[in-house]
Amino acid sequence: MGKLTIGCFSSLVGSMTLDFAVKLAEAAVKKGHEVDLWLSGNGVMLGKKGQSKFRDYSYLAGTVEELLKTGKFRITNCEACAKARGIDKEDTMDGFGIHSMDWYLASAFDADRVLHIGGE
Amino acid sequence: MAIKKLAFIVEKLPYKAETSRLALTHAIASQTVEIYLEDGDNVEPVIAFVGDGVLNCLKDQKALDIYGVTSLEMHLKNALLLDLKVLVCKEDLDRLGLKEDDIVMDAEELGAEVTTEVVPYDQIQQEMESADHLLFF
Repeated sequence: MGKLTIGCFSSLVGSMTLDFAVKLAEAAVKKGHEVDLWLSGNGVMLGKKGQSKFRDYSYLAGTVEELLKTGKFRITNCEACAKARGIDKEDTMDGFGIHSMDWYLASAFDADRVLHIGGE
Repeated sequence: MAIKKLAFIVEKLPYKAETSRLALTHAIASQTVEIYLEDGDNVEPVIAFVGDGVLNCLKDQKALDIYGVTSLEMHLKNALLLDLKVLVCKEDLDRLGLKEDDIVMDAEELGAEVTTEVVPYDQIQQEMESADHLLFF
C-alpha cells in the first residue's frame, strides 16, 4: 500500500474542492493507503471547531473524524494560515495537526503520490 | 539518503487570490524541511512562473504601501536570497510585452547570489518532467 499526500487550499464553504479532497482521501484510506491531508490558505477552515451542519453548506467534520479513527489518515493545518484567520489550537478540532509549511514538503518527500489541489 | 525535487509551478495572477503567495511561501519553507527528514534527506525546490503567473515577478510592487502585506516581489527576492531556482517563461513574458527589465531578476541588495532565469517553456517542461512531485499553484 502507498502513501498519498494531498494539499488543499480551498475553503470549506464556497467551493466544493475540499469536499473532493476529503472524498478522495476517504477512497484511498478504504483501499488501505495512508493519506496526509495538508490544509493551507482558506483550507484551514475545515479544522474550525463547532461548525454547524446545514444542508446548503459543506460539512466534513463527521467524515474527518471517521477517517482519523482509521489510523491511516493525518490532517494538518498550516499554522500561519490558521492564526491569520483567528484559528488557534483551542479553536481546532481534536485530531488535527498544526504545523508550519515545511511539514507539507516533508510529507511530499516520502509520498508515493502528491495531489496538490490548490485554492480558489 | 535522497533528494526529492519539488516543482512549484505558478500560473495564477498575483493578489487576485492567495494562491501565488502560498506557492512562494511553501517553496521558501523548503529551507527548513530537514527538521522532519532523516539525515541526508532533503528536497530540492524549483519555482517556475508560467502563463499569467509571470506577472507575479513584476518589479516595483506596492503591496506593502497599499494593502499592508508583503509583496510577491519581496517573497521572490527572499527566494533568490535562499538560492532557490526561479524560472520565468520567456514566451509568456513576450506575450505580455514584458522584458527582463520589467521583472525581478536579482536581489543583490539583499546579498543574493542567484538570479532569476528567463527560459523557454521547453526548459520548464524539462524541469517538470525531472521533478519527483509537481505542485501547481
